[in-house]
Amino acid sequence: MTSRNARRNAVNNVMLSLTAVCAFLTVSTLFLILAYLVYNGGKSINPQFFTNLPVGQGETGGGIANAIVGSAEIVALASVFGLPVGFLAGVYLSEFSGKVLGFLIRYTADLLNGVPSIVIGIFAWALLVVPMHGYSTIAAGFALSLMLVPITARATEQFLQEVPRTMREGALALGASKWRSIATVIVPAARKGIMTGMILGVARISGETAPLLFTALGNQFWNSGLTQPTASLPVVIFNYATAPYEDWHRQAWAAGLVLLGLVLIANISARLIVSRGMSIPK
Amino acid sequence: MSISMNPDTMSPQPTQSHMPTARPVVTAAESAAQPTLAPSVKMKATNVDFYYGSFQALHGINLDFAANKVTALIGPSGCGKSTFLRNLNRINETLRDTRLEGDITLDGENILDKDVTEIRRRIGMVFQRPNPFPKSIFENIVYGPKINGMLRHGNAAEVVEQSLRRAALWDEVKDKLHESAYALSGGQQQRLCIARALAVNPEVLLLDEPCSALDPIATAKIEDLLFVLKQSCTIVIVTHSMQQAARVADSTGFFLLGKLIEHDKTDIIFKNPAKKETEDYITGRFG
Repeated sequence: MTSRNARRNAVNNVMLSLTAVCAFLTVSTLFLILAYLVYNGGKSINPQFFTNLPVGQGETGGGIANAIVGSAEIVALASVFGLPVGFLAGVYLSEFSGKVLGFLIRYTADLLNGVPSIVIGIFAWALLVVPMHGYSTIAAGFALSLMLVPITARATEQFLQEVPRTMREGALALGASKWRSIATVIVPAARKGIMTGMILGVARISGETAPLLFTALGNQFWNSGLTQPTASLPVVIFNYATAPYEDWHRQAWAAGLVLLGLVLIANISARLIVSRGMSIPK
Repeated sequence: MSISMNPDTMSPQPTQSHMPTARPVVTAAESAAQPTLAPSVKMKATNVDFYYGSFQALHGINLDFAANKVTALIGPSGCGKSTFLRNLNRINETLRDTRLEGDITLDGENILDKDVTEIRRRIGMVFQRPNPFPKSIFENIVYGPKINGMLRHGNAAEVVEQSLRRAALWDEVKDKLHESAYALSGGQQQRLCIARALAVNPEVLLLDEPCSALDPIATAKIEDLLFVLKQSCTIVIVTHSMQQAARVADSTGFFLLGKLIEHDKTDIIFKNPAKKETEDYITGRFG
């Protein structure tokens, strides 16, 4: 009896330790990455890094201003295409689709979500870069919007589904048409969740590299229009990190730090949105 | 057997048996032609069958709702009383895979032939649990008038005050109209939902177990309210509580297994029901 208890306690302790270690690994990974980025790239971060264009190999004082602006343009374009389409698709999925159609759309969205980003890149390249005879911000924005649509659609659907049925019926019972009830009660009730999902989606695509290699290409200078190749943070990191120069490696780390910082800011602001304002009691 | 719900045709058996045999028995048609004797019928359900998928939840319900009266629907859980109530404003249509057969009329017009949003404006509903929108108290009240195009310039505040007064909530909330509706207690939220329903001037008010989530004091307030509201509305209330039906209802219908067993004046249902099932339920032998 006592030996059995001893074994039980031992198993209990081992499993508890194992789960604790894994939980710690999960949390520490982020901080390890952050610390590593700061250690390697922190030195290169100064005001010029944010305001200057890249300089040639051997010179000092170069920045990634064009990549920051380029990334912002690409992500803004992707959001302009992707968020409305994803949002409305999510509304359809949650509020209008029948069982069979709903299943098909949901499943397709999940598959699209799982398509490797490099494949999305090739697709955008074939669809836009080739016919337009050149790499462009538009093609890059389109590629990223393809990734943003299913993320937004599923997040929108998920948060709309959390709006209780009684609230829908409350609006309909007052004489609201279905669309009216969705636009004035259901979507506003799910607003915070949907916005959070959108921010997280945008944060997620802003770090994608593979689709940009085929579409935005890269640019050492300010881009000269949406139909021209453009610099972007992920591609700058990729190019600098694979170059054989010490100084460029440091800049790659610094650019990584900037990118991670932006993504973290997006995440934290998403969290803040969720914790504010009216919420629906369960 | 067929169950007619017109209070006249359902006049207690003894009255008819004591009539002189020489005198012809008064038919339903004749008594309906005497409006002074019969309270006017606001809503009428005729042979209503209802199906969830292949499951038939209601079997041939015939029931009249007298204008400006409170009609209570009682019965054990799952007997179909809520399902029936939810057909009266066609809110069951929003559920997938359901089917309604039979006729339901409002002022003699079949509600199934009319525009559903108009029907739901004229027939208000209050639900089992308070379901205020995640908006302010003020916005909750003006929601209905706004979507139905009933607001004239500058009368929103007036509509809000009037509706809250009718729901006996004005004094408690007049200083916090622009706060979240969720800041109110459960009983206040339910009266807010009643006020919200009243804001579109419904002719009929359906209440689906409106007090089941409330304490006795909040329940008493809502019951008191019904006595006042029936002056301007026809009220149908589904309730789990027989005591509540006895307190508030002019007539009561007893449902069992998707059928309407009996409908009569409330004191007859509780003191001298015609059907054995009703008596068993009332006296607590089952349910």
